[in-house]
Amino acid sequence: MRRFTWFNATSLSLGFAFLYIPMIILIVYSFNSSRLVTVWAGFSTRWYGELIQNEAFLDAAWVTLRVAFVSSCIATVLGTMAAYVLVRGGRFMGRTLFSGMIYAPLVMPEVITGLSLLLLFISIGLDRGVFTIILAHTTFSMCYVSVVVSSRLVSFDRSVEEAALDLGCTPFDAFKSVTLPIIAPAVISGWLLAFTLSLDDLVIASFTAGPSATTLPIKIFSSVRLGVSPEINALSTILISLVTIGVVTASLVSKRRIVQARRDEQMAEQTA
Amino acid sequence: MNLGRRTLIGIPYLWLLLLFLVPFGIILKISLSDIALAIPPYTPTLDLSEGWQGIRSFFAALDFENYIFLTEDDLYWRAYLSSLKIAFISTLLALAVGFPIAYGMANAASEWRPTLMMLVILPFWTSFLIRVYAWIGILSNEGFLNQFLLWTGIISEPLQIMNTPTAVYIGIVYTYLPFMILPIYATLERMDESLLEAAEDLGCSRSSAFWLITVPLSKSGVIAGCFLVFIPALGEFVIPSLLGGSGTLMIGKVLWEEFFNNRDWPVASAVAIILLLILVIPIILFQKNQEKEQEVDA
Repeated sequence: MRRFTWFNATSLSLGFAFLYIPMIILIVYSFNSSRLVTVWAGFSTRWYGELIQNEAFLDAAWVTLRVAFVSSCIATVLGTMAAYVLVRGGRFMGRTLFSGMIYAPLVMPEVITGLSLLLLFISIGLDRGVFTIILAHTTFSMCYVSVVVSSRLVSFDRSVEEAALDLGCTPFDAFKSVTLPIIAPAVISGWLLAFTLSLDDLVIASFTAGPSATTLPIKIFSSVRLGVSPEINALSTILISLVTIGVVTASLVSKRRIVQARRDEQMAEQTA
Repeated sequence: MNLGRRTLIGIPYLWLLLLFLVPFGIILKISLSDIALAIPPYTPTLDLSEGWQGIRSFFAALDFENYIFLTEDDLYWRAYLSSLKIAFISTLLALAVGFPIAYGMANAASEWRPTLMMLVILPFWTSFLIRVYAWIGILSNEGFLNQFLLWTGIISEPLQIMNTPTAVYIGIVYTYLPFMILPIYATLERMDESLLEAAEDLGCSRSSAFWLITVPLSKSGVIAGCFLVFIPALGEFVIPSLLGGSGTLMIGKVLWEEFFNNRDWPVASAVAIILLLILVIPIILFQKNQEKEQEVDA
């Protein structure tokens, strides 16, 4: 029997306070009118205004969004292919190496991934910029996509696919009309994960960006090194709100789907 | 093997070979080279136009000088040891903070659990950099924590937390806490409740039932959580450079500075190779734990 004790209640409240208070402080003080970030001087949206006029931040945000969009799309395609190969591919030469290369980037320190890619780009004489960041981000996020997608591929019933093949589907048709719709939620969450990882990445982007391209995390990092600034608070608030809206919507949608599925089951039982 | 299958395997395979494995070969090679005032700033570079002779002189010029340098300068020793220590202590702290939260979630009413899960996952989707940044305003000498403690009268002088290892511990525990909570919660949630009932029927007190049943059954989640915090914490760069200041030494930061500030690529590469060798042990142990877990499930 599970009993929710006072100890449980206390540890949950303290734990969530620890997780959320720093972010709440950040949000509250982004509306502070004073430049002194730890002294409250009244409500103002001044820093949001200054942020919108800050060309350097806007440029960096645009670069970041482009990189994140392109790299997460390529990573989703490559990662889904890799997951399919890992789960359904059977035996082929170098399979162990392949699965090793999928899992290794997940535990690799970012400084090493960044350094190794930079050394590669320099030794083949590739100019660093948006293109090299996209290559770097695609490489590590395809591994995350492939882990997410393969866990879904493992869990579903393979006989549906085999039925499609028996009924005369080509392997590609079977993938397109049977497998893909089933794994679609995992592919979408893989894409979202790849997109967020790319938006978030500082270390690998710093190594592979070169002087011509600056992403938002690089920009934030260089200004944060000088201390707390109200513009960064405003920017953080915008980013935190976007993520919150996204996560809450996603969990509401999935909750609704579960409720709907349960209702369908009940209906089916009643009619049966 | 047909063409379709070949392309399906070939494309991701080739991508990872070129952008993951080859770069490692390059790091290894440069770690055996010498620093030079040239572009790229190391020597030798492979010159294939000289044919066989060029390849031979290329290999002859490689040596372990950088690795010997790493053992001689105690900065690197201390950085590796201090990274291990910081990662280890932060992992224990994260376990101490994360276990009660995961336990509370597992004991909560089932209609609350999805919401609690969402509250744990939400910070994970939020920018890592911003979550670390949030602590600068809290921990600095004029920060909120010091203001609060001065106001309550607990301290009369502001505490120096920023730019000390304490700030790094707080930063690591804060940012990696979801990685500790989720695997522990997963094992606790799966646990068969009737075991606890049986223990209590047989006269076990609630606390001894907790230590005799709940804790051993959550072992694999605890181990997974610990590795998920320890492995990334070891090579961490952002947290020590924003919160640790010059007061903390961590190998990720040393590598970064060696590369960007000193522009010593060969030494930076050697630092990376040794960090990888250190990481291989916990990664293998983690893999073993996961495999055992899957066998239990199957």
